[in-house]
Amino acid sequence: MKLTLRVWRQRAADADGAMSTYEVDGISPDMSFLEMLDTLNEDLILRGEDPVAFDHDCREGICGACSLVVNGDAHGPERTTTCQLHMRSFQDGDTIDVEPWRAAAFPVIKDLVVDRSAFDRIIQAGGYITAPTGAAPEAHATPVPKPDADFAFEHAECIGCGACVAACPNGAAMLFTSAKINHLNVLPQGAPERETRVLEMVAQMDEEGFGGCTLAGECATACPKGIPLVSITGMNREWLRATRKAAGR
Amino acid sequence: MALATRTDRRSSIARTVWDSSVGKKTVMAVSGLIMLLYLVVHMIGNLKIFFGPDEFNHYAHWLRTVGAPFMHEEWTLWLIRVVLVAAVVAHAVSAYQLSRRDIRARPAKYVHRRPRASYATRTMRWGGVILGLFIVWHVLDLTTGTVHSGGFQEGHPYQNVVDTFSTWYGDVVYIVAMLALGLHVRHGFWSAAQTLGAGSRTRDRALRATADVLALLLTAGFIAVPVGVMTKVVS
Amino acid sequence: MTDYTDYATGEPLFDAKAPEGPIAERWDRRRFEARLVNPANRRKHTVIVVGTGLAGGSAGATLAEQGYHVVQFCYQDSPRRAHSIAAQGGVNAAKNYRNDGDSIHRLFYDTVKGGDFRARESNVHRLAQISVEIIDQCVAQGVPFAREYGGLLDTRSFGGVQVSRTFYARGQTGQQLLLGAYQALSRQIAAGNVEMHPRTEMLDLIVVEGRARGIVARDLITGKVDAHFADAVVLATGGYGNVFYLSTNAMNSNATAIWRAHRRGAWFANPCFTQIHPTCIPRTGDHQSKLTLMSESLRNDGRIWVPKARGDDRQPNEIPEDERDYYLERVYPSFGNLVPRDIASRAAKNVCDEGRGVGPGGQGVYLDFADAVRRMGRKAVEAKYGNLFDMYQRITDEDPYEVPMRIYPAVHYTMGGLWVDYDLQTTVPGLFAIGEANFSDHGANRLGASALMQGLADGYFVLPATVNDYLARNPDRGAVDDRHPVVQEVLAETQDRLHLLLSVDGDRTPDSFHRELGELMWEFCGMARTDSGLRKALERIPQIREEFWRRIKVPGVGEEFNQSLEKANRIVDYLELAELMCLDALHRAESCGGHFREESQTPDGEAARRDDAFAYTAAWEFTGAGTAPTLHREDLVFEYVHPTQRSYA
Repeated sequence: MKLTLRVWRQRAADADGAMSTYEVDGISPDMSFLEMLDTLNEDLILRGEDPVAFDHDCREGICGACSLVVNGDAHGPERTTTCQLHMRSFQDGDTIDVEPWRAAAFPVIKDLVVDRSAFDRIIQAGGYITAPTGAAPEAHATPVPKPDADFAFEHAECIGCGACVAACPNGAAMLFTSAKINHLNVLPQGAPERETRVLEMVAQMDEEGFGGCTLAGECATACPKGIPLVSITGMNREWLRATRKAAGR
Repeated sequence: MALATRTDRRSSIARTVWDSSVGKKTVMAVSGLIMLLYLVVHMIGNLKIFFGPDEFNHYAHWLRTVGAPFMHEEWTLWLIRVVLVAAVVAHAVSAYQLSRRDIRARPAKYVHRRPRASYATRTMRWGGVILGLFIVWHVLDLTTGTVHSGGFQEGHPYQNVVDTFSTWYGDVVYIVAMLALGLHVRHGFWSAAQTLGAGSRTRDRALRATADVLALLLTAGFIAVPVGVMTKVVS
Repeated sequence: MTDYTDYATGEPLFDAKAPEGPIAERWDRRRFEARLVNPANRRKHTVIVVGTGLAGGSAGATLAEQGYHVVQFCYQDSPRRAHSIAAQGGVNAAKNYRNDGDSIHRLFYDTVKGGDFRARESNVHRLAQISVEIIDQCVAQGVPFAREYGGLLDTRSFGGVQVSRTFYARGQTGQQLLLGAYQALSRQIAAGNVEMHPRTEMLDLIVVEGRARGIVARDLITGKVDAHFADAVVLATGGYGNVFYLSTNAMNSNATAIWRAHRRGAWFANPCFTQIHPTCIPRTGDHQSKLTLMSESLRNDGRIWVPKARGDDRQPNEIPEDERDYYLERVYPSFGNLVPRDIASRAAKNVCDEGRGVGPGGQGVYLDFADAVRRMGRKAVEAKYGNLFDMYQRITDEDPYEVPMRIYPAVHYTMGGLWVDYDLQTTVPGLFAIGEANFSDHGANRLGASALMQGLADGYFVLPATVNDYLARNPDRGAVDDRHPVVQEVLAETQDRLHLLLSVDGDRTPDSFHRELGELMWEFCGMARTDSGLRKALERIPQIREEFWRRIKVPGVGEEFNQSLEKANRIVDYLELAELMCLDALHRAESCGGHFREESQTPDGEAARRDDAFAYTAAWEFTGAGTAPTLHREDLVFEYVHPTQRSYA
């Protein structure tokens, strides 16, 4: 396959960026999108140019590092991570636009690499269960109904890639935040911190400069792990519940 | 050893709600639902115009005496007006502030653009502005009579309505606004349900259907009046 | 220069920390004998933890909970992305919830046997004891393990074992356990007890007066190289499988931290013990950048086969039942498709070498779910393996519900690593190595679902107890700062190395060298190794290294975000480590676990261990780049599990 790539190039965080055009040839449909970029980068290095910087690591769709907007879609046209997107999803001769995640809370570091530490700070605000090592009761002491365990798992699948923010017209981090809240709040182990967790995490999310939810649903469509939009509804419910309880104290 | 969870964020409930994007969205949802409830009642009342001037004018007059003898004349009406104005202001201010936040959150746009989200979602903001302007015109036209075409007659709403819808621009403004209302309600009602945490996977279809029906009934019910005037069913 | 293979044998090594007495009491005894640091004094101690995977994340969180000041590093943009996240299958624990005859002793026995009797009994027994607490700890953290309808935890069986002791969270157990550790760590970051440095890569170790006192690390965003100081340094930087270029490791997983520590005095144990995982997706071409694992759990229900006839190029579904060879079930009837990884991998290689491999290049075997779908129904198969099947389909564009999967072995895990004593301390006092970075618990072959167990045991339970002891015994630490001559020297060396990489301006990319080295290692130090092949590799590696320093091209500058520089710098270390791996493989003229020497096999092709000559851990001491290292042997004593020829037939 022969392709034309238009890639966002930006030397550093404070530099101006622009789309640059590259031609790549000899692309196999079995290549992953990132392997296609590897091919481009090998050429660029040999030509003495700066290779395109992009985040990637596990390349099996689980670490959440890869983060490219391909033709306007976070992670490209398939519902998966960029590393699991294969070139067979494109046609010979296509022009492909590659851009970084765009959000005020995710500033560009270089080219296609952005800073997603805001997500870490949201988790730090309350996305955990306080269980110091050694303090745990026997695992079977508290049975968890299977539907609850499954519900928790489905939300715990979030890989923190940020596609939800990238796809959201408002740059909102609601789906990410709600996934963690739903995961932990449904479990009996998470109950003692149920209210503080949601209040603190939502407050931190706002503080990071993410937008609000207008229920456009773009986040859930882009999510490679299929976290549903109704997850946000669940978070809202938890938040209102926590606020009511706080008012009652 | 500072092992404890952070507990330094303590503020009043009102502050918590107003400062939070989720809280502000709740304000929008609640104020929206109040207005929606009002609109349903308003729409049903409007349909009385098809039963002639006497019944319609009588109904309009009754509105001033609702709650009597407990309530003095117009107390209930003013109470409703105050609640409605508060709802409109809360809804609009929240919407404005949330929109500002949303726009700030995405300062750089994508070079590769593609159409996103449904029509109703995308038109919420402009639809809201249109509806806001419409409300002002509507009040000035049929409540105070300030911009009424022809002579505004206090206590003769039937005639006033017929006057308004006898002008082409009255019809256009009203019908456009009611179409905007339908779209706004369609997304807004479902959206409010999500914001208030009432949505769920199993309930989603029912909520969406309710939103569609509400939007359709309101739009049709309201538009029936100018159509009635235009077709001389009401004159 | 002397010949690299002409190594000297130094003083034998023995583990001074391992307590005596009945094996079940040793860990208790060690903990009791360990000195403690007064809680009020702990915050005065800084501990550096490098890496945020299962081992590093859990260690950082636990040390911080204990009150230490933890300074932690990871090269990823977030601690949540460490490659433990990709572990699929599960975590073992001797809970015996199934009442199927499991016990701590059985887990201990299975692990020692699975490791082909090349692990320390004391360590493995401790691991089996702690396994039980790990599950409790993770459940308390909210890890959403699979559960049964009664609300209790579900388990499944894994390779090399006949009990069902593997706890799992669909095919994403590593992810869920890691997020548990990450969340515990996040809590400590918020509390100010952990100072987290993401996107920062350790490039060297600072050893002052014989003790590990800090690291040199590069901020990957600004390119700034800085020294960081501590009273103890913990390496939790994972394995070195990426020496092979193609492996199931993450692209950026690397050996720099452990190799630099090795160069500074930490001995490297059993580097040739690498695990080739039997169920990976075969490579499709030269563009391949990494290999993807399909969880071993698939072998619970999938059946592995190849055509009986050579060069049979019919579609798999057109090959009738009696023309298929379910070779694992045939050769190992009692374990069948659930033999340990090393055996399954070698068997696959053998049938492919016979010309019966399937798919492009004949480098693959079938993993067939047709029976499982018939027996359990498609829905049940989907519930159990859905996400793995989806992943397979995405990568290969084939539907595994309809067509058998094609799988082939790939480098997955490294049992070797920095030598550590019972306290997980390396030969450099104050330097600890945990998780895959050390060599300790898996011997010559790791059983499935044991890596997660070991990483978490080390991080949550073992290290926090032993670091205490070290700090209590060494409370008096002189101040070290940037002006210290040793620090200046290490900083300068690092800067010089990076500068040199940038200044060669040759005509080959870092990846081209990495790929060349990887192919060489796979061919000669992969699934089957021979004396002559290893010698060939040992001859070739210094040549590649020389060429590397002549022809490498790294664009850009050092003081910026420069991924090519990161990569090239890691290859520098692979080029030295690869040599040690080959030497270790050459010197160990026996087959054991993942290390298969063709010269040492039974008549029916199984690995033949030579306990008379090789029942020891080989710990190598660095003597200079390209010069022969010194071998130190640590004899392995088996008091509880008598070494036998492993039999899974």
